[in-house]
Amino acid sequence: MALLELEHIKKYYTSQKAVDDVSFSIEPGSIFGLLGPNGAGKTTLLRMITGILFPDEGNILLNGKPFDARIDMLHIGYMPEERGLYKKMKVGEHARYLGRLKGLSADVTDERIKFWFNKFEMQSWWNKKVSDLSKGMSQKLQFVTTILHNPQLVILDEPFSGLDPVNANLIKDEIFALAQQGHTIIFSTHRMEQVEEICDHIILMNKGQKILDGSVPSVRQQFKEDLFHIELNDVPAFVAGQDIFEVIRKEGAQLTVKVRAGYLSNDILSYFITQGRVILSFREILPTLNEIFIRLVTDTPAARQFETSDII
Amino acid sequence: MNKTLIIIKREYLTRIRNKAFIFSTLFTPLFFFGIIAVSTYMSMKSSEELNIAVYDESGLFAGQLENSKKIHYHFVPKAVYDVVILPGEEENTEFDGGLFIPQIDVDKPAGITYSSRKQMGVISQERVNDDMNAVLERNRMIRADIDTAKLAAVKANPISLVQKSISEDGSDKEANAGVSLIAGYGAGFLIYFIILIYGSMVMRGVMEEKTNRIAEVIVSSVRPVQLMMGKIIGIGAVGLTQFLIWLVLLLVGYSALMSFVSPDAIQQMAEVQQAGPGMEAAKQVQLATAQLNIPLLFGAFLFYFLGGYLFYASLFAAVGSAVNDDPQDAQTMMMPVTMPIILSIVILTSAINNPTGPLAFWCSIIPFTSPVIMMARLPFGVPGTVPWWELGLSVVVLTGSFLFTTWLSARIYRTGILLYGKKVTWKEMFKWAFSKQ
Repeated sequence: MALLELEHIKKYYTSQKAVDDVSFSIEPGSIFGLLGPNGAGKTTLLRMITGILFPDEGNILLNGKPFDARIDMLHIGYMPEERGLYKKMKVGEHARYLGRLKGLSADVTDERIKFWFNKFEMQSWWNKKVSDLSKGMSQKLQFVTTILHNPQLVILDEPFSGLDPVNANLIKDEIFALAQQGHTIIFSTHRMEQVEEICDHIILMNKGQKILDGSVPSVRQQFKEDLFHIELNDVPAFVAGQDIFEVIRKEGAQLTVKVRAGYLSNDILSYFITQGRVILSFREILPTLNEIFIRLVTDTPAARQFETSDII
Repeated sequence: MNKTLIIIKREYLTRIRNKAFIFSTLFTPLFFFGIIAVSTYMSMKSSEELNIAVYDESGLFAGQLENSKKIHYHFVPKAVYDVVILPGEEENTEFDGGLFIPQIDVDKPAGITYSSRKQMGVISQERVNDDMNAVLERNRMIRADIDTAKLAAVKANPISLVQKSISEDGSDKEANAGVSLIAGYGAGFLIYFIILIYGSMVMRGVMEEKTNRIAEVIVSSVRPVQLMMGKIIGIGAVGLTQFLIWLVLLLVGYSALMSFVSPDAIQQMAEVQQAGPGMEAAKQVQLATAQLNIPLLFGAFLFYFLGGYLFYASLFAAVGSAVNDDPQDAQTMMMPVTMPIILSIVILTSAINNPTGPLAFWCSIIPFTSPVIMMARLPFGVPGTVPWWELGLSVVVLTGSFLFTTWLSARIYRTGILLYGKKVTWKEMFKWAFSKQ
């Protein structure tokens, strides 16, 4: 059974359709990527999943049951893109406050904070003021407070923004570990290389609609252009066989070719073999998510003009 | 623990522990007492001492102008007078200025001038005027053949009215309009300050949450309305704490004053001949406590404090949620909310001067002004000046109104706090409040 199911979710503001008939489902323990350009409706969608906003139409099911914000809020950890902390509070008190708001008892909260502060080497921060933390340090604190109550569903909106590579890796490892333990993670970003690295499954949104849905390998397969990369032992002066493939690029002994319709990759290989060439390497070129993203999104004049005027 | 309670606790504790809170709680009363003491002292001591050179051509005033403690008239010949008013001669004269009286008609005196380097104050000018008019009057009476001694006898022993208020239980108390007046002003201003100070504290708190971007994190754990109410109640509790501390200080001060004027002390003071101010103050306070219905006033104060605060604080919260990072925006948006509060203070004076008039009545029913105006009227007596039904109506209207503004503000608030970077108009806020969800 899917952990989270969205059925025909719609959210209209007077000036635009922020989320327009979006459906998808997320398996437990998976890392799910929610992609899209600025203004695609990601934040609105996430706010509906976290119970901050209510959809105009459609159903959200959590664990197969209709979503009830009052109860289910406690099973969700949400780290919004626009996130902050109370500057005047002490770090420990702040973490405790957010933990208590998630319904944890005082003892359990302290225990969990201790555990995570140890893990992230933050023990010495307890009595520091939040305003004294660097941006990266506050990000770590925000991550810890997001997962403090051990939520079933963790929603991270641009979790790596502002983090140095070391801390980004720390968080990334933690995301993998959480998924391993059976937590489900929704990961929203427009940094495609991170998505390729982390996510099992993605959807791509643009202008409020879902325009792509699938696992990362299947999506890349779906958008492949039958391109192959061949490395030969010497430089062919002239490459014939243009009825089988088309040479896109030629750099010395390395060729990028596109196989023509009706032929297979093996036909390329047999052509060069019958030519008496020695093939050093041969691989298919799949498009990166970044390329797919740009291709799909730039076709449409992008995104909303300004922030919405009527969020209710 | 209930989540709203957790929020209230945080809002309360972070403010109570703040040094600024401790400072303002302890020093505001001192500050006010200081101002009162200083201004009393100044008004008692203020007027200057003047030596005036009088050159009297008319001869009407010679030997008639009476010297007082502060003003001394010296009749001088023209030569001395000329030196007094000569520029650059201030070193060579012991006079502060020169009074010139030409030949005048007793019926139409004109052309009397006072020349000095340093202008004399308003009070001194009044005094000189009075002194000269007294002389003039005497002259006119003599001319009209009026016996001044007889006139004095006619005017002697004027009436001094004693006001008594009729109370339900038949006991009549000596009423003093002055005590009600002071209590009315005091209560009205106190409510005004509380609403303005703590209301804008709520607004700043909401703005802080919005600009800090903590709001979205919090509302993924609690409903926006819980966050808003937690803040309003928490800050209200801070205000109440501060008020109670002041009350305790006041009681301590009161009992100190009372012990100060114990029989022994009065005896002592009588001996030292210095009873004046302390005794007088103690008498006034005793008179006030006897005249005012303290328990009723205290209860009403608590109600109008809380009711007025809740009414305005929720509006302030709504405004705070709609404001973006620009503090100038905040000022503009605040205006419509602060205007009625300031208006209350404008109306306060006329309401106190005529506590049963239509303006006083309506403004103590309308919730925008009722906390200040009703509190100002109550010291004049319930049910004498303010009938029970008026008080009841005012209480009901204010209760209903703060429930309404809270509901209204919650609807604006939950939309406003999640909206970044855009200037919000009143029209939009109105739509958020009333469109169906």
